[in-house]
Amino acid sequence: MNKVSQFAWSSRVLHWLMAAGLLGMLAVGMAMVASLGEYQRLVAIHRPLGVLLLALAAIRLLNRQLKPLPPFLPTMSAKERVIATASERLMYALMLLLPLIGWGMLSAARFPVRVGPIVLPPILPHSVALYTVLRRAHTVLAYALFFAFMAHLSAVLFHTLVLRDGLLARMLPWSPRTRDSDRKDSGAP
Amino acid sequence: MATTTEQPQWANGARLALVAALVLGVGTGFLYVGGWLSPQRLTPARLVDTFERVNGPHPGFRRNHAKGVSIAGYFEANGAGSRFSKAAVFRPGRVNVVGRFALAGGMPYAGDNTATVRSMALLFALPNGEEWRTGMNNIPVFVVNTPEAFNEQLIAQAPDPKTKKPNPESVRAFLAKHPETKRAIGMIKAQPQTSGFEDSTYNSLNAFLLSDDAGHVTPVRWSMVPLQLPAPPAVSSAAPGSESSTNFLFDALIAHLKQGPLRWRLVLTLGQPGDSTRDATLAWPENRERVDVGTLTIDHVEGEASGAARIINFDPLVLPNGIAGSDDPLLSARSAAYSQSFTRRVREPVSPSAVTTPSGQKLGEP
Repeated sequence: MNKVSQFAWSSRVLHWLMAAGLLGMLAVGMAMVASLGEYQRLVAIHRPLGVLLLALAAIRLLNRQLKPLPPFLPTMSAKERVIATASERLMYALMLLLPLIGWGMLSAARFPVRVGPIVLPPILPHSVALYTVLRRAHTVLAYALFFAFMAHLSAVLFHTLVLRDGLLARMLPWSPRTRDSDRKDSGAP
Repeated sequence: MATTTEQPQWANGARLALVAALVLGVGTGFLYVGGWLSPQRLTPARLVDTFERVNGPHPGFRRNHAKGVSIAGYFEANGAGSRFSKAAVFRPGRVNVVGRFALAGGMPYAGDNTATVRSMALLFALPNGEEWRTGMNNIPVFVVNTPEAFNEQLIAQAPDPKTKKPNPESVRAFLAKHPETKRAIGMIKAQPQTSGFEDSTYNSLNAFLLSDDAGHVTPVRWSMVPLQLPAPPAVSSAAPGSESSTNFLFDALIAHLKQGPLRWRLVLTLGQPGDSTRDATLAWPENRERVDVGTLTIDHVEGEASGAARIINFDPLVLPNGIAGSDDPLLSARSAAYSQSFTRRVREPVSPSAVTTPSGQKLGEP
């Protein structure tokens, strides 16, 4: 028996929900600023989805404090563990900051943020100087999140496909078969 | 089946290549959706770049409708609009309005000319944080029906550096390619001209969709119809403006507001099945039902140095619950390009505007 020690169930569900949401959000955001004809439709997704992701990020931060982590795999060096911990913190910070800055910059520009029939209250005073700073920060941090995601994806794929240490299995939403049975299955077509 | 330890050397290399291919594929996908792989496609930034190239740099000013003044007043709804829309603005009562009168074009110091398109932009401040923002022009239809054609037209009509006038060749070529523009210009020229901002009718041009409590949707275009009697332009204003008459349209507006408030009726024109909501160059038939839904009163005008309108983006898609944008591609493009223009101009140093008023002076109060 070679049972994989996984992340807590709630952590795995939150991870994949947010992975889908954040990737969609990055794609919508990048497409939106480059689009004339689709801008209206994309903005109508971007703002409510941002509110939803802010709520999910807050829940996830709370979940992170409550649920223990599985131990690092022996295939990760001490240096790699430090990098993994730092990049996790960076991604948590970005997923909380990006929607807050988005909401804040629209507040500073005196732009109502509508979610369905409800208009969110402004969280910052009307100031175009503040808007200018936050608008830039929103772009810079979105690219930071994009590169953090690409690094995260590269590391997980490298571990899972090249080192074949079962890193991805720790985060899969289902409970994976053990590695022995995995080999038996794939060997019997 | 081989185990990990028995993997031949090439298999590890192949897996590494697979990882690289997956990561590259995801990265390329993002570059694609972000428009990085299609440098010819018109984007909000490239459309605003065209304005800057054609008009020259005017830091701190709107890239279009650059010359204007801030206005304020209130709107009193009579309740007739509630038949078609649940929007709070149509319920009987009074809401505050700030806005802007401006001349089309990206030159903030251009001399006034009665042939230049006049615009009225408004922000209705509604209960519960809702807003209705609208930008209207004194022409019956718009000259193009796509953002790409708009960009082409800006380039075709750019003044030649030598003659300071548009190159007739490129204007002809544009009109030959765009019969809808030729037709729209004919309709615009057929409309009788009025003397100034105060006696002009301002039209939404783009169509919108009203929805009532039952979810019934009505296509609509709206107009601000002046209660001031329209007068033809004064003969003198057709002559090239002297230094003193550079701002004669704005000066006349300010003088009128010193006499008393100016008023417009907000009129909804209801579309029927078959009326185009996505082509702003097409007029709707004359016999469409028109509903007077209330009166706009403007009692305050202020230069941009102190006026509230300078830092407002009159994005036509800031709409209250009960009014929505239509499928007109210009609406989406206006929203995108206004945002780009706003983001650029508010981070630039502010230069004094052409039209100024004594700060904080409330004009026309009884």
